[in-house]
Amino acid sequence: MKLLKLSNGRISPALEASLQEVSLSEWRENPTAHADATALVISNDASLVDIAQDISGFDVIILEFPQFKDGRAYSQARLLRERLSYTGEIRARGGVLRDQLLFMTRCGFNAFEFDDVGAAEEALREFTFAYQPAADSAAPIWRQRLAHARAA
Amino acid sequence: MYRYDEFDATMVAERAAQFRGQVARRLSGELSEDEFKPLRLMNGLYLQLHAYMLRVAIPYGTFSSRQMRRLAHAARKYDKGYGHFTTRQNIQYNWPALVDVPDLLDDLAEVEMHAIQTSGNCIRNVTSDQYAGAAADEVEDPRPWCEIIRQWSTFHPEFSFLPRKFKIAVTASDNDRAAVRVHDIGLRLHKNEAGETGFEVIVGGGLGRTPYVGHTIRDFLPKEHLLSYLEAVLRVYNLEGRRDNMYKARIKILVNAEGADHFREMVEEEWAQVNQPGIDLPREEVDRIHDYFEAPAFETLPANSTTLEERRATNREFARWLRVNTVAHKAPGYAIVNISLKPIGGIPGDISDTQMEAVADLAEQFSFDEIRATHEQNLVLPHIRKDDLYGVWAALKAAGLATANIGLVSDIIACPGLDYCTLANTRSIPIAQRISERLADLDEQEALGELKVKISGCINACGHHHVGHIGILGVDKKGEEFYQVTLGGSAAEDASIGEIVGRGLSSGDVVDAVEKLVEFYKKERKDGERFLDVYRRLGADPFKEALYEAA
Repeated sequence: MKLLKLSNGRISPALEASLQEVSLSEWRENPTAHADATALVISNDASLVDIAQDISGFDVIILEFPQFKDGRAYSQARLLRERLSYTGEIRARGGVLRDQLLFMTRCGFNAFEFDDVGAAEEALREFTFAYQPAADSAAPIWRQRLAHARAA
Repeated sequence: MYRYDEFDATMVAERAAQFRGQVARRLSGELSEDEFKPLRLMNGLYLQLHAYMLRVAIPYGTFSSRQMRRLAHAARKYDKGYGHFTTRQNIQYNWPALVDVPDLLDDLAEVEMHAIQTSGNCIRNVTSDQYAGAAADEVEDPRPWCEIIRQWSTFHPEFSFLPRKFKIAVTASDNDRAAVRVHDIGLRLHKNEAGETGFEVIVGGGLGRTPYVGHTIRDFLPKEHLLSYLEAVLRVYNLEGRRDNMYKARIKILVNAEGADHFREMVEEEWAQVNQPGIDLPREEVDRIHDYFEAPAFETLPANSTTLEERRATNREFARWLRVNTVAHKAPGYAIVNISLKPIGGIPGDISDTQMEAVADLAEQFSFDEIRATHEQNLVLPHIRKDDLYGVWAALKAAGLATANIGLVSDIIACPGLDYCTLANTRSIPIAQRISERLADLDEQEALGELKVKISGCINACGHHHVGHIGILGVDKKGEEFYQVTLGGSAAEDASIGEIVGRGLSSGDVVDAVEKLVEFYKKERKDGERFLDVYRRLGADPFKEALYEAA
């Protein structure tokens, strides 16, 4: 499985140094035993309440899509970005499909275990605007309308 | 009415282009049917028993004559010359070819229409009161808030893969015509003691296998916080809703498992933390959207029309249609006209291309260019001058659209059933047709008064049988079609779930059963009591006896 990363609005294949992964529950049970871990894997049924301490040392958090249609990780990603101000990598693993990549990036994912870079580039270009604010920097349509109205 | 600006138009055009690409990938074999399925289901395209079915959104049921003409064009060009209005204020085409669907969507996009979020486990097309903006009994027009919800929910990145589909309905009247208590979220605009309007937020209602009347988790939400509050509800649901069993995945199961009080706490706790100022629209944008829904330029007219009264006095058929199919308008000298899509013996909700064009012409000429679709599978011309009612009626009659049966026993909701649907156990449409034919006499029907018959061809309850005064549920017993009767349901402000009254009946017997129930009601009713009122007064037992004694 290839890894793609999003940086400054561009998606490209990443050469990934192998990560030392640890699950949230293992980490909480015994952090010292996992002192060399470099990526925290958070299952999609894990609560993110009181997690600030746990994530503080990690530059990579992996969120899971056991099936493409199980969308809990979208909320988890937004909470990590917007509520916990996590700025490291959030990686999507599992049921990651071409037509979900845009939703994922809007929710704060910036790395994807996904094979086809061409398809990913295309998918991220399909929509110019967004109606609602999310974890990305896109100004929602209503904000752009206001800006237009004020400029006029 | 709302009109697209460059942003809305771009959004819909880009969606149509995206879907064209997805269809091309399917047709070339790059995508298997399994891989294509989730993509088409995000865009209202189902694979039914005989063909693909495309469900086109009519946001909150409001559309224009231009849009109706385009729907007629689509019926002619891509279907067999008709369309089918659904309980979701949408229209379905039952026979498009996959290869044509991208062109159909392009044709719709030109008139600001689409199939976005008419299926899939996302926030579906928002529904509302079909009389919104015209009703004498509303506190204000609920549609600006529907439009605000439409925009916020369109391609919401966090809520496009929910545990299950999610339906929001909005009303602004104490007479609930939007069935807000049986939706995932129901919103009721009302005034508090200070005279401000805000939302009662009702969560966890729904039909399907496990019907529930929703719980009020907020009596009064200030309007400006609507979106952030919805976002909080949806986030709690997305994270906590069950995903292990699709039949237990709707929010109603979560609300009832947690208890309404605990669910409320979960939502309030989340709401306190969401970025309210970032999500809630600024006043300017709220006002801008409200401007689109400004009342049309009604003429100053006397409350009564002498031409109307003359016609009423001399034409019995017209007089009946006035009594049954028209409703009080908020502007003096105007009326709301219901167009029944339930001709005696017809298929509920079906309409031909030429009928669509007839409705479009009338709307353009007489109703400020507005048409509404109702969740009871009928249409509405919301703003007709009383002086014009006779002419409108005559034109509707000529088009076969003047059946005077709104709210009566033959105004039946029926799902497509086994004639079309892959989920159905039994047929629904023929049962509706036969009940309608059996009780065809309009004098009799009017004398019976309001009587809501709703028919579902399987337990998924798309025909809303749980909330029918008389509900009929089709079940398959060893390869044979059987029908269970439920009684006492209501989707209105007095919402309740109907009770199953006894063993299943054959398709022949179920029509007799409705007639027996009607006869029993006629015998028992006191002044002004509806069927539902008698049922609630007497309880199930005497109705059961009447139904089964001589069977």
